[in-house]
Amino acid sequence: MTATEAPTTGHVGQVRLRKEDARLVTGRATWTDNITPAGCLYMMVVRSPMAHATVTGVDVSVATDAPGVVAAYTGADLADAWQTSLPSVWQVTPDVKEPPHYPLTQDKVRFVGDGVAVVLATSRQAAVDAAELVDVTYDPLPAVTDVAQALKDEVLVHDDEGTNRCYSYHWDSGNVDEVFEQADVVVERRLINQRLIPTAIEPRAVVAQPEPTGGYTVFSATQIPHILRIQLAIVCGVPEHQLRVVAPDVGGGFGSKLNIYAEEALALALAQKLGQPIKWTETRSEGYQATIHGRDHIQDLAIAATSDGRIVGFKADIKADLGAYLQLVTTGTPMLGAFMYPAIYKLEAHDLTITGVFTTKTPTDAYRGAGRPEATFAIERMVDELAAELGMDPMEVRRKSWIAHEEFPYDTITGLTYDSGNYEAATDKAMALFGYDELRREQQQRRDDGDTTQLGIGISTFTEMCGLAPSRALGSLNYRAGGWEHATIRMLPTGKIQVITGTSPHGQGHVTSWSQIAADALGLPYEDVEVLHGDTAISHKGMDTYGSRSLAIGGYAVHEAAQKVIAKAKRFAAHLLEASEDDIEFADGTFSVRGSPDAAKTIQDIALAVFAAHDYPEDMEPALDAEATIDPENFSFPHGTHLCAAEVDTETGRVTIRRYVAVDDVGKVINPQIVEGQVHGGIAQGVGQALYEEAVYDADGNLTTGSLLDYHVPSAADLPAFETDRTETPATSNPLGVKGVGEAGTIASTPAVVNAVVDALRPMGVTDVRMPTSPQHVWEAIEAAQGGAA
Amino acid sequence: MIPASFEYVRAGTIEEAVAALREHGDEAKLLAGGHSLLPLMKLRLATPEVLVDIGRVDAMKGVCETDDGRLAIGSMTTHQDVMDDPLVREHCGVLAEVTAMVGDAQVRHRGTLGGALAHGDAASDLPAAILALDGTFTVEGPDGRREIAARDFFVDYLTTALQDDEVVVEVRVPKLDGDWGWRYEKFSRVSQAWAIVGALGLVKRTNGTIEEARVGLTHMGAVPVRASAVEDALAGNGPDAIADAAQHAADGTDAPSDLNATSAFRQHLARVLTRRALEAAAG
Amino acid sequence: MTNVQITVDGTTYEDEVEPRLLLVQYLRDVLGKTGTNIGCDTSNCGACTVHLDGRSVKSCTVLAVQADGATVDTIEGLASTDGAGGDGDATAGWHPLQRAFHTEHGLQCGYCTPGMIMAAADLLRENPDPSEEEVRHGLEGNLCRCTGYVNIVKAVRTAAAELRGEEVGA
Repeated sequence: MTATEAPTTGHVGQVRLRKEDARLVTGRATWTDNITPAGCLYMMVVRSPMAHATVTGVDVSVATDAPGVVAAYTGADLADAWQTSLPSVWQVTPDVKEPPHYPLTQDKVRFVGDGVAVVLATSRQAAVDAAELVDVTYDPLPAVTDVAQALKDEVLVHDDEGTNRCYSYHWDSGNVDEVFEQADVVVERRLINQRLIPTAIEPRAVVAQPEPTGGYTVFSATQIPHILRIQLAIVCGVPEHQLRVVAPDVGGGFGSKLNIYAEEALALALAQKLGQPIKWTETRSEGYQATIHGRDHIQDLAIAATSDGRIVGFKADIKADLGAYLQLVTTGTPMLGAFMYPAIYKLEAHDLTITGVFTTKTPTDAYRGAGRPEATFAIERMVDELAAELGMDPMEVRRKSWIAHEEFPYDTITGLTYDSGNYEAATDKAMALFGYDELRREQQQRRDDGDTTQLGIGISTFTEMCGLAPSRALGSLNYRAGGWEHATIRMLPTGKIQVITGTSPHGQGHVTSWSQIAADALGLPYEDVEVLHGDTAISHKGMDTYGSRSLAIGGYAVHEAAQKVIAKAKRFAAHLLEASEDDIEFADGTFSVRGSPDAAKTIQDIALAVFAAHDYPEDMEPALDAEATIDPENFSFPHGTHLCAAEVDTETGRVTIRRYVAVDDVGKVINPQIVEGQVHGGIAQGVGQALYEEAVYDADGNLTTGSLLDYHVPSAADLPAFETDRTETPATSNPLGVKGVGEAGTIASTPAVVNAVVDALRPMGVTDVRMPTSPQHVWEAIEAAQGGAA
Repeated sequence: MIPASFEYVRAGTIEEAVAALREHGDEAKLLAGGHSLLPLMKLRLATPEVLVDIGRVDAMKGVCETDDGRLAIGSMTTHQDVMDDPLVREHCGVLAEVTAMVGDAQVRHRGTLGGALAHGDAASDLPAAILALDGTFTVEGPDGRREIAARDFFVDYLTTALQDDEVVVEVRVPKLDGDWGWRYEKFSRVSQAWAIVGALGLVKRTNGTIEEARVGLTHMGAVPVRASAVEDALAGNGPDAIADAAQHAADGTDAPSDLNATSAFRQHLARVLTRRALEAAAG
Repeated sequence: MTNVQITVDGTTYEDEVEPRLLLVQYLRDVLGKTGTNIGCDTSNCGACTVHLDGRSVKSCTVLAVQADGATVDTIEGLASTDGAGGDGDATAGWHPLQRAFHTEHGLQCGYCTPGMIMAAADLLRENPDPSEEEVRHGLEGNLCRCTGYVNIVKAVRTAAAELRGEEVGA
């Protein structure tokens, strides 16, 4: 017998086509709005058309009498339904203002879209018609639409708090004053990280139904069925064990479904009150008011460096517009970026102030990246500004200042420990793929020729912290929950398995990736693994999906549960093979006795034997099932180098991305196709911020970008093909060596694109273009730089 | 997302449509492809009590040549059918080209020429094209038919010369005989969005000079406009006159300011886009 | 109420509907054909795209009464079988676009996918061999928030090659 390679299952690291796809490409998915229980009532929320007003009267009597209407309620009618306010989970400072936030307001409306009443009817049509019949009278108050105005406290959003300042947070490390005084160069800028609307293509929806056996089931288009169950139980006073929450197929989230929303609480409370199923589906325009927004930071920044381009210090003074109320992680979203302003650079000093401010706008919360895109945009834009000030190539400045590969693990000035990374490798690969030098030559040629279309090159050498999160770290930050994740593996008698995960995928392909992990760990065929999720009756324990956490924690938990199954199976194998456990080897799904390869049992043999339970060790239960709860030891730090070549039509202000190269290092990968897809989609959303998207309010607090007509989500025709590649520096904080990937593209791409736009225009004297870098904003920047009046 | 209730009347003929409009007066709206009206009704920005569906009136579909040597395009002809029509492509290719830039594929399959024009939206691409072509609207009312020149048809924002009881039956455009060139420079935020500014350059070339130039501008006021100062400056001149002439593209316009562009930026864009459109058209 | 007779995915239905009922709501709420999704209220996102008498349309911008007498094809009728698959092939009977979206990873959450595939199917009928640019432009009326479109464009061109009878992949 010639030497042959050991048969290997080898699913991890390979492309496996998604198990999720079959129902999705054939139109057989179960979205929440597809669920219509018999006798279901349709709920419509009556929303404020005013940004800020005292509510002087709400009359639902006419609506109640309208055809098809079963009931209508005001905020006062439902006041007793709530055991507590809708939750805010992050007490970022001891004196943070946490004003009450109930599903329907009573005293005042605080943003356009604030709910004042609710109508229940037997059809969608009747509910919409009746909502127009609810008579609400308002006594208008001035809108508070920007943070500078809000901080004057002349008009208060929450009168009882006495201020619009929700919190102020300051943190510095190193000798800031000395470092900045002694620096050869200090560059200061004010950058605007504009307000965005996440726009998952599936609008939010919820169905709450009483169960005949008692208790309730809530179906919701949510990223967080487990957290939703706990919080709804608390808010509505339903015993947790009598509340089942199901996240059926969920059509994208990006943070917008990472929340406890008024409508979810209303649906459950009304199902309790009426004993009938309640259904609510938002329209897109309604969602633009009632679903969280993201970003909206004003950033006053300063970067300090030596004359040869070594970055030594960074200061950031952030004003975060939180909107009218605290949603689940509103306070904490800026904080998630707080650690990341120093990014990949070896700073001597760091100074950060965050001021969270209430305004009369839709609440902001975690939108893809949540704090880290803002921080990364700040530092990566400023590094380019510094390079321009020094007359250096922006990549050269980065190379002089970043953490070298051999310096990992690296303790940052903000107290993080970056476990692994190789910025040189990712950058070298990206530069080669991009053809950096050649594009620089073309850029110079166009500048020399005075071409009306200028070429700009933008760099983003980013890292981020994700994989939320070590529970103790969260505790130390007064985050009111942990960051662990759970997995259960059930061994079926025929050797097939069910993996039950606490993560809650909504496009990320966990069913496929978790199958790959479990199949490899247990030596099972990929097809023999079923992954269950998103239903608290099946997955009783989990912390859900957000913050690029699912693989690094949830995938790790699957791996760990599999190790426990193997450990048990090994003891059964030893018993069945009449060998010492120490002599049992496990490979590719087979337990064999060392030195006697014919004495072997497959894991399927053992599964069946354990099921029969005729012969097993005295000190064991006849079961192979195992569960694991993983609390990560560290955050996950993916990184990468993104390069953008953008053409800017200096006459019209139109920006066109000509090339976009991304080399990401997300550690080991489970499924390269899924990873690439995450990077593509992430980049697209970051490009959306850089070029197209902005939620705009007028002075009266009206959302003027109130639908997809005015809020410009890019289509295929508006984006280039992104070229992606990877380097692979394994994480050391988990046995799979994996890092998060969901947010990396979004975090990286925005500064790469804006740096390219500014780079194209720099010879004209432009030093910034406000996002989105729309034709209007580009034109204004050129006019201003050239002394014109735009 | 759900329109307010309305009464639905399906017209089988032009006469039935006119009769229905006459009966219901200003409570009625005509429903063609629905791609201008239904979005407004879904947001309840429009709440007509009666919808008169003229989408099935075959007499208002298709393209033919008229006795006076023009093309008559039925107002219920879909954008896609206009683009694909052999007569349009042969005699008035500019209209096919502008129509191809309206909305997106699905909108073009359903939306109609007459529907888009009668809506009277200055941000819509087709009004400027019909205006530049010196097209006319054949409308039918209780007293029979009349023809309205495009320059008289667009009256104000979302307002046309159409009476409440009149229906646009067809749109007539000239056959472009001779050596015509054209380019529509549509400038929008994202691909499927409405034009921030659109500039249609239409040039008749004779022996290297511009015999006649026409410029239609989209979204430079409450109605589509012709850049007549540019047109006048070019007649009889060579293409090298375009750059200077285009500087007058925004003269006399009343460009709006909105989320996508200030009035000043629109005026600037009109000049740049007009120059580019004319240079391409003359080339 | 108005009587309509509409043939959806090969089956003819007759119903009394309110004139204001949108075609997409007729499909979803009356017929229970929930394969077609709603993603916006301004005719922008294209999630509701179906074929009306053979051409792609946004079914949120068509009244059910306008579709009276018409043929409507949705994502649910695109595959030639239910996909349960002969010979253990779950994709047997799928339309080449459905297969290509699967193999090229042209979907993540999958919510835009039915509309995207129906728009692409009509695009390929009109242009059997579109360039990347033509695919991108041809799908401008359909928004996806997950994929960044890179793999959607690949999938459409892969399906186009298969529909032209060319060898796909290796």
